[in-house]
Amino acid sequence: MGRPFDFPGGIELPDNKTQSLQSPIRQPSLPDHFAVPLLQHIGEHARACVQPGDTVLKGQRLADSDRGAGVPVHAPTSGTVTAIEARQVPHPSGLEDWCVRIEPDGRDQWTELADCPDYAELPVEEQLSRIHAAGIAGLGGAGFPTDAKLVAGDGARIRTLILNGAECEPYITADQSLMRERPEAIIAGARIISSLLGAEECLIGIEDNKPEAIKALQEATNGTGIEVVVVRTRYPSGGEKQLIQLLTGQEVPHDGIPADIGVLCQNIATAESIYRALRFGEPVISRITTLTGKALERPGNVEARIGTPIIHLLNEAGLHEDNLKRLIMGGPMMGFDLPSITAPVVKGTNCLIAGTADEFPDSPIPQPCIRCGLCEQACPMELLPQQLYWFARSGEYDKAEDFNLFDCIECGACSWVCPSSIPLVQYYQHAKGAIREQRREQEEADRARLRFEQRQARLEKEKAEKEERRQARMEARKHKASGATPESAASSGPDLETLTRRRDDAREKVDEARAKLEEARETAPEAVTKLERALNKHQKRLDSAEQALANAHESSTE
Amino acid sequence: MWMNLAIAVGTLLTLAGLFGAVLGYASVRFRVQGNPLVEQVDSLLPQTQCGQCGYPGCKPYAEAIVEGDKINKCPPGGEATIQSLANLLDVEPEPLDAEHGVEQEKRVAVIREDECIGCTKCIQACPVDAIVGAAQLMHTVIESECTGCDLCIDPCPVDCIDMVTVSKDIREWYPNAPADRPFTHPEPVIATDRQPATAEAGA
Repeated sequence: MGRPFDFPGGIELPDNKTQSLQSPIRQPSLPDHFAVPLLQHIGEHARACVQPGDTVLKGQRLADSDRGAGVPVHAPTSGTVTAIEARQVPHPSGLEDWCVRIEPDGRDQWTELADCPDYAELPVEEQLSRIHAAGIAGLGGAGFPTDAKLVAGDGARIRTLILNGAECEPYITADQSLMRERPEAIIAGARIISSLLGAEECLIGIEDNKPEAIKALQEATNGTGIEVVVVRTRYPSGGEKQLIQLLTGQEVPHDGIPADIGVLCQNIATAESIYRALRFGEPVISRITTLTGKALERPGNVEARIGTPIIHLLNEAGLHEDNLKRLIMGGPMMGFDLPSITAPVVKGTNCLIAGTADEFPDSPIPQPCIRCGLCEQACPMELLPQQLYWFARSGEYDKAEDFNLFDCIECGACSWVCPSSIPLVQYYQHAKGAIREQRREQEEADRARLRFEQRQARLEKEKAEKEERRQARMEARKHKASGATPESAASSGPDLETLTRRRDDAREKVDEARAKLEEARETAPEAVTKLERALNKHQKRLDSAEQALANAHESSTE
Repeated sequence: MWMNLAIAVGTLLTLAGLFGAVLGYASVRFRVQGNPLVEQVDSLLPQTQCGQCGYPGCKPYAEAIVEGDKINKCPPGGEATIQSLANLLDVEPEPLDAEHGVEQEKRVAVIREDECIGCTKCIQACPVDAIVGAAQLMHTVIESECTGCDLCIDPCPVDCIDMVTVSKDIREWYPNAPADRPFTHPEPVIATDRQPATAEAGA
């Protein structure tokens, strides 16, 4: 086997990992409040299923989500829900988003968990729904719902499961410390995923700058058939597509996903949380986060509960706020500056770097591109970064797309090697966002046009129907008029006769009624009013009959 | 010789007749309905159907543009639409004509539901059928379908419709482009065909 293979481009970086590896994983104290964001994954916001004032237990579900739309979130400790509100979340935009705020009661009491020693016997569907219910979303940082990822691989046959323990970005040691301290849980998780997928082989990719983690994993995998593959330390070997290329020699196709070539990639921390979810029923309420940077007195890895304010963790690690120049979430290459120090830890918070001015000096003023081509050599996706730069900068987004802008993984290798210090990745991120926005707007416009056209068509139809009815009415009236005129002319003769007869009848009745009334006046006074009314009625009929006769006389004489 | 001439002329005439027939048939059989340019222009317009351009909808404005009207009368589309129309029609982009309005953030209409008297006037005014309700019953706006055209505001007899700026979804956010003129000295760009005259002078 030629394993490990190679991927194009890439750069070598000072790894800065030893600072945070001096001590084992620490357990931070409880903060005075938690803020658990409802959106910590790719997809829709989870729907809150608690209300302010509710008391919750550690591990209780705070917000639910349908499978395929997202994952639920859980209470990091026992306490009281004090608010569900828009708060600062760790996002480069600095925008607020929905969070559940919890004040701990200090008892840290677990809810009832579904302990399950023979989890391997559970049917596949049950295992997947437990993984979903535990709120597991890719812990490498992107946060793709894990159950959905495992199902997406189900259609295409997955031959190879790859666990990503490369952790190629400088400063971050969260996965490394997890591999050193809990290799058995990782391997157990790997075996669960492997059996879920029916994968033939399972590989763990790990960079050669982590000898202790390699040793721990090799001991844990002994006799399991899982292979630990050590790769050369070169950024970005931990990128999903790069690691797949390193371990299998295959390239994920453009516009495709790894499942297209029979591969599925999971982060090692995700594997560990899958094991914990199935074996102990524990949801994701904490994760290993690296706290590092020279502004911290005691850098290291902590098992941070989701929702802990970042400032709380930094203070416990001995933050010197005066020295703090940049606070970065994620690594120095792909992470972002946190706009707010009060934002909470989320499922994707693998690292917090509190950097000082001499660690992160101001980036030099960008100079013009000299088309040296260094970026092209560094690009692990074999793109042409300088062309993309020109197109992105001048807003020629269709050309940028032709040059496969969307294949860019935003690793930042091109910016790192650029002798002109051009913030290339920022241009690409902007261009991608602008293109997505244009597409969205186009979609909305198309929908609006459709609705407008259908409305127009409906109005036309209504108008036409109205017109038709009007025509029909006109036709009918005309018909009636033309048919009725000769008839009335012909009947004007006999009409006079009938009218005369009617008048005579009416007069007769009036006389009759009058006679009855006279009679009643003497014999039965109680019936008088009734008979008077009847007489009036007949009198009126007589009047109208006489009137009609007079009119008929007039019209016939004219 | 005359014979040859006659054959040549005859052949050419036959060919001409043949091709003429084919073309004539094709022009009937494959006739393009409507003006395709109008469709293209229409697809670039934002389809708010707001009528701010002075025409009763996006399609009529598209027709007017093809007839030679100005391309800068669409405030909802703004500069981006003007730019893409200019590209399509190969004309110079012009700044938005302020007479027709100014470019604004995307807004949607929201009915204050307890004040609504159920008169259906806004339903009749909505060009995209984005308002649901019936006579004497409360109306409401389907937010995802509202184009923010304002046309329901005026007909409302009790003024219970507000235009609300849509709050940005955190998932749709993207960073701004880096400042476009980051260089400290005047454009010493080399080897580019996309720069103004100063660059060429320097090269």
